[in-house]
Amino acid sequence: MNVLFADVPVRGLVVLAVFAAALILAPAVVDDYVLSILILCLYFSFIGQAWNIMMGFAGQLSLGHSLYIGLGAYTSAALFVHFQTIPWIGMLAGMVVAGAAGGIIGGLGFRFGIRGVYFALLTIAFAEFTRVAFDHFGWVGGSSGLFLPVEYRDDSDLLSLRGAPVMFYYVILAFTAGALVLARLILASKIGYYWLAIREDQEAAQALGINVFRYKMLAVVLSAVLTSMAGTFYAFYYNNLYPETIFSMHKSIEILLGVVVGGLGTLFGPILGAFLLTMLGELMTDLAEHIDLDGVKQLFLGLCLLVIIVFRPAGVWPWLARRLGLSGRRDA
Amino acid sequence: MLKVSSVTKYFRGLTAVRQVSFEVPTGAIVALIGPNGAGKTTTFNLINGMLRPEEGRIELDGRDITGLRPDQVCHAGVGRTFQIAKPLAGLSVLDNVVVGGLRITNKVAEARIAAAEILEVLDLAHKRDAAAGSLTLPERKRLEVARALATGPKLLLLDEVMAGLRPNETDALVETFRHLNRSLGLTILLIEHVMRAVMALSEHVVVLNHGVLISSGTPREVVRDPQVLECYLGEEAV
Ligand SMILES: Nc1ncnc2c1ncn2[C@@H]1O[C@H](COP(=O)(O)OP(=O)(O)OP(=O)(O)O)[C@@H](O)[C@H]1O
Ligand SMILES: [Mg+2]
Repeated sequence: MNVLFADVPVRGLVVLAVFAAALILAPAVVDDYVLSILILCLYFSFIGQAWNIMMGFAGQLSLGHSLYIGLGAYTSAALFVHFQTIPWIGMLAGMVVAGAAGGIIGGLGFRFGIRGVYFALLTIAFAEFTRVAFDHFGWVGGSSGLFLPVEYRDDSDLLSLRGAPVMFYYVILAFTAGALVLARLILASKIGYYWLAIREDQEAAQALGINVFRYKMLAVVLSAVLTSMAGTFYAFYYNNLYPETIFSMHKSIEILLGVVVGGLGTLFGPILGAFLLTMLGELMTDLAEHIDLDGVKQLFLGLCLLVIIVFRPAGVWPWLARRLGLSGRRDA
Repeated sequence: MLKVSSVTKYFRGLTAVRQVSFEVPTGAIVALIGPNGAGKTTTFNLINGMLRPEEGRIELDGRDITGLRPDQVCHAGVGRTFQIAKPLAGLSVLDNVVVGGLRITNKVAEARIAAAEILEVLDLAHKRDAAAGSLTLPERKRLEVARALATGPKLLLLDEVMAGLRPNETDALVETFRHLNRSLGLTILLIEHVMRAVMALSEHVVVLNHGVLISSGTPREVVRDPQVLECYLGEEAV
């Protein structure tokens, strides 16, 4: 426990506690619409945290993270549809599949010294290739999609992930909290230091005794495995999967936008960014209903992003944390 | 400690290092000197595994380390600094050294204690929480040394860490290296243009020119060698 909270000023702890309490109590006060938005916020917080491990910590850019969401979603959904496998087992299977995919991409890229943008292109290529493959993969419905039987029920069956939105809310909240704790613990460990060193200067890192290949692989695989968990969540929450949407480039970009806006390489940036962007997106959707113009939502969203990135290039969180005195040195 | 035998390295048409052989005895301080582009840094890159020689063999305490990766060479006991400092810019000065220290321990807390002590030795303690990217050039060079030391090397390769220092700063650093050599038994191979430091520190000097070893001996011998005088030291000789 002392590792978790070491270095965090009291003020930061108080804000964290209030925020956590608000999230835990939220379902008691908000309506279904707000709850669905909160679920989306947490969903992106979780994936953002996972993506941040790879890019924010280890400095390896992935523009194809939709691949791991899709693999997690399809693996668990297909197992459920065909073999009635419970989602949690399906999730484990999805984690294995996504981890293997991450391992293949990392293995190929890092073994052949593919770095930076070229590595990012490789991640896109794999996501796109998989999307096309799933379009023709009849066992999981191909391009016409895979559907989970929907049951409307008031009780919640956590074991089979069937139930009311509130249950899904607490599941994704637990995921997000877990990912935050995990990221914090790793960052304070040898692995975390080594990732940051690789991010800052690979040659220096290597000269300091770091097996760069091994630690980059670890980052990619861990990031992929975590991301796939969100995929399983997605499958059982939305109950329908299409290769076009789940493996899309658009999805991959959506993930990283939140992290960049919130603060790359920070612990709370992915969470703050996910909340900011999701809320902003909702606001724009409402706005677009009043202003009857094509693409007005995208336009406003783009403008907001532009403003944030121009004025807070390191992300909103580092600035906010400094202004309010919320974080310890390492997460500033 | 270190034995370099007939090592050769080409860069496309250019022979950066040609058939170079020399030894660094355990506990010694040896200097590697020569004009710009002589192949000194390339020699370091060959020793620490950043480059693989076309020919020749490099041994550390009798063990063949030719062609090992830099991290493996580091684990074998070789620490190095970079001529153009490579600070982990976004990390604090202390954390830079902690990364090095994690070579010998898996515990961050232990590495932090060791790192703080090393910062004292290199007169960087007052900067421990500053971002490494904000350091001045001489400070960056000392951080390079601190980080390499933290990995617990038996052989330390120093690439022009005195460049750009004022004479009193040079003397202070010379004193630090002498201390590390005497009290910890650290073997040192250093590349240096600052002859003041070379003369004060090294018991043996190796001179490279155009990738070829043209002279070696005690500092006194080397500075009297006509070939060395001609190509490198010139009139400004000590
Ligand atoms: N990676 C590289 N690719 C191509 N040529 C290189 C490379 N590294 C060094 N060289 C060339 O090899 C020669 C030796 O360079 P090196 O850096 O070893 O010299 P040096 O003795 O360290 O010089 P200085 O005193 O200027 O640091 C130079 O001509 C240099 O341009
Ligand atoms: Mg050089």
